[in-house]
Amino acid sequence: MRKYQAVIIGGGSAGLAAAVTMKQNGIDDILVIEKDREPGGILQQCIHNGFGLQTFKEQLSGPAYAERFIDQAEELGVKILLNTMVTHLSKDRVIEYVNPEEGCVQIQADAVILAVGCYERSRGALAIPGERPAGVFTAGQAQRYLNIEGYLVGKKVFILGSGDIGLIMARRMTLEGAKVYGVAELMPYSNGLPRNIQQCLNDFNIPLYLSHTVTHIYGKDRLERIELSAVDENRKPIPGSEQYFDVDTLLLSVGLIPENHLAEEAGVKLDPRTKGPVVDEDYMTNVEGIFSCGNGLHVHDLVDFVTLQAQRAAAGAVRYLKEGQKTKPSVKAEPGNGIGYVVPAVIHPGEVSGTKEFFFRIKAPVDKAVVKAVCGGRVIRQRNRTKMVPSEMERITLTEKELNELDGDLVIEMEEIL
Amino acid sequence: MYYDAVIIGAGITGTMLAKDLSRYDLHVALLDKENDIANETTMANSAIVHTGYDPEDGTLKAELNVKGCRLYPQLCKDLDCLHKTVGAWIAAVGEEEEKHLDILADRAQRRDIPYAWLSGDEARELEPNLGDNVTKVLSFPTTAIIYPWEVAIACTEVAVNNGTELYLNTCVDHIEKTTYGYTVRAGEKTFETKTVIDAAGIFADEIAKMVTEDPGFEIRPRKGEYYVLDHDVEYTKHIIFPVPSDKGKGVLAVPTVHGNTLLGPNSDYVHGTVDTGSTVQGLDYVRENIKKTMKNVPYSHAIRTFAGLRPSSSSPDFIIRDCEDAPGFILAASIESPGLASAPAVSLYIIDLLKKYLSLKEKDGAVMTRKAQPVMKNLSVEERNEYIRRNPKYGHIVCRCEQISEGEIIDSLKGPCGATTIKGVKKRVRPGMGRCQGGFCEPLVLNILARELHKSPQEILLDGLHSGILEKENR
Repeated sequence: MRKYQAVIIGGGSAGLAAAVTMKQNGIDDILVIEKDREPGGILQQCIHNGFGLQTFKEQLSGPAYAERFIDQAEELGVKILLNTMVTHLSKDRVIEYVNPEEGCVQIQADAVILAVGCYERSRGALAIPGERPAGVFTAGQAQRYLNIEGYLVGKKVFILGSGDIGLIMARRMTLEGAKVYGVAELMPYSNGLPRNIQQCLNDFNIPLYLSHTVTHIYGKDRLERIELSAVDENRKPIPGSEQYFDVDTLLLSVGLIPENHLAEEAGVKLDPRTKGPVVDEDYMTNVEGIFSCGNGLHVHDLVDFVTLQAQRAAAGAVRYLKEGQKTKPSVKAEPGNGIGYVVPAVIHPGEVSGTKEFFFRIKAPVDKAVVKAVCGGRVIRQRNRTKMVPSEMERITLTEKELNELDGDLVIEMEEIL
Repeated sequence: MYYDAVIIGAGITGTMLAKDLSRYDLHVALLDKENDIANETTMANSAIVHTGYDPEDGTLKAELNVKGCRLYPQLCKDLDCLHKTVGAWIAAVGEEEEKHLDILADRAQRRDIPYAWLSGDEARELEPNLGDNVTKVLSFPTTAIIYPWEVAIACTEVAVNNGTELYLNTCVDHIEKTTYGYTVRAGEKTFETKTVIDAAGIFADEIAKMVTEDPGFEIRPRKGEYYVLDHDVEYTKHIIFPVPSDKGKGVLAVPTVHGNTLLGPNSDYVHGTVDTGSTVQGLDYVRENIKKTMKNVPYSHAIRTFAGLRPSSSSPDFIIRDCEDAPGFILAASIESPGLASAPAVSLYIIDLLKKYLSLKEKDGAVMTRKAQPVMKNLSVEERNEYIRRNPKYGHIVCRCEQISEGEIIDSLKGPCGATTIKGVKKRVRPGMGRCQGGFCEPLVLNILARELHKSPQEILLDGLHSGILEKENR
């Protein structure tokens, strides 16, 4: 069996950044495995601008952002296997992959970085009632058809869910000549970034129906009509509130789910809140030598944070390859009041090197609040924040010293300032 | 064209009959209004081969179910189809329901159907998700599950290979009596035939009314809705039924041959035969009623819902007989549950009726078996690599969730009833059946279809003739 120091599963934004960081840190014997015909992942179909404001301090399109890492990887001589699907991963890091040239191959890795991304919640997971005609797509699927394959999927469009891909597609399809009748969001607030609401909906006079959902789909062959209903505070449709839109296309932008079937096969423990692995400050999972980053770890709204966390995961893997498993007892990083989840969720006091960012999302929008990192009632750090929304990932940074001195679980919590 | 038999409806009943007739020296046409075979009731059901304890004494259902299910193991060997004997449990809650189990056990005894008893606790030991209120279980260990449309497709392949003519998108609109027998018209197409077999499922009464004023029954479709759980959770190993009531077999938990779980169905009469949509009420009913026998349903692993129509009728029994004032027109109607389990016996029963009109002479060279296409993920690494060495496309995985290769998708387009649509590919080799529901692979499958069928991507359909996916090429 061929052995590698590190194998990175997934050649998208997370995988490429991880590979580059590992190479730069002197780990040479690495392999990136990518299922598509080119590296770059979902960035390749995100042809709109807005990527890289944090990483490169400039506005790039998705493919341009990807290209920077692809070029770097190439310069550093990163070996990328394309058209290759990983079919199995064991807890002792034996990877089975398959591709047309080599067939089914097993390899052994000292460290594995999972960078497999996420998938879109489908109509099936939502159980929207009605017929099953053509014309119902996930937003990302419609995006691929348009931006990669070159085909528009419909002319009269409604969008369910105000996730960012849906918002981006509302603008994109409008620019391509389709009529977008509206975007419905089950929650009383949007799930997309505020800038996307402005630039993709408001600027094009596309109505956003908050606290609404699609309650029926009509059309035997191709979608003909949707029923839209208002929902009450329990998110149940309100009878009598139905409106109808005669559309040929319904896009779903109703959430992304981290892809972790390989992780689960290897015995990686998942956090039910993120649906991604529970990782420590070095992004290692509970399975020794298996790391996780990117949208497979938790769903991001900015690729810049994907890159940053992938670099941290790669640095963690480098440390692991050089120094081995951490041995001191760990503590948890937990979400407290008003916080949905925290990543990373495990810390090894006494063995932390460097400052660490803790990423979190708040549960509901808040105008003004103070965010605190607390340990045993002691506030370690606090920040005042304004206009926080669940769609924007937040972070709080703690120093090496602060983390190494933790004598109990770290809690990230929020207090609203009225 | 002159035919000995025209079969209307390519569901499990029609395709099984087509296969069985194809061993004889006959000219047979198999017609379906849909763009693929097995696209209605056979597409959406619980996929169970019941053992025959449920139907009342003296019914055709009882007779044909018991016979039919016993033909399946060999049939599935011959057709190289999936068939898993998982066993069915009827779970009783309380003394009243336990008494009903005795009736079923008595029937099973008389019909020579193996059964066994378990206490509620013994049963929960084996099935941890069985409800806490279940007090007693009657087990039918020989109950099996199949992949219904795989069987229908396999039957059609055998039939077509033996000379049967398959006509899709052929919606029968007129039938006239002639001196020869019947003229069956479907739009521009006409079929002169000695006999007609009406296996049109939910439309069987409409077809029958083309030859007789009063066919003596009326189809009253009942809708059944289901949840599908992903195969990453093994929710139940056995098929778990509640105690049956006059509304049917109740809401079940059923493992599928591919490791998924079905939860359902409800049972609601529908108005209008084309309503196959799922409903809020129906799905709520399933969620509420599954609680009677099961607990801990992992709805977070639900990947799809679907609805199907049972071709129930005004008759409580199957209607398989000559149409009274139309000799040679055979009704195969009201084939609701246990229609799938009974299908092999239904087919032989119809052939018996046809003997009055046709001389059945076995022909030389009829081949009654077929070989399924290879499924890469079920092969050993060595076998798989041998396939990939010969055709590298078997090494290109298109569907991550179900691990299906491009080679397998191309295989599914071939043969006498190969797929021509996205749904057709999905029915045959399963891309899109997994947790992402085709989010990633549908564009790839569409491209493969276009390339292999020499069509433009815009011509590729989801299912029916007007179910195009792509609107226009981007400027």
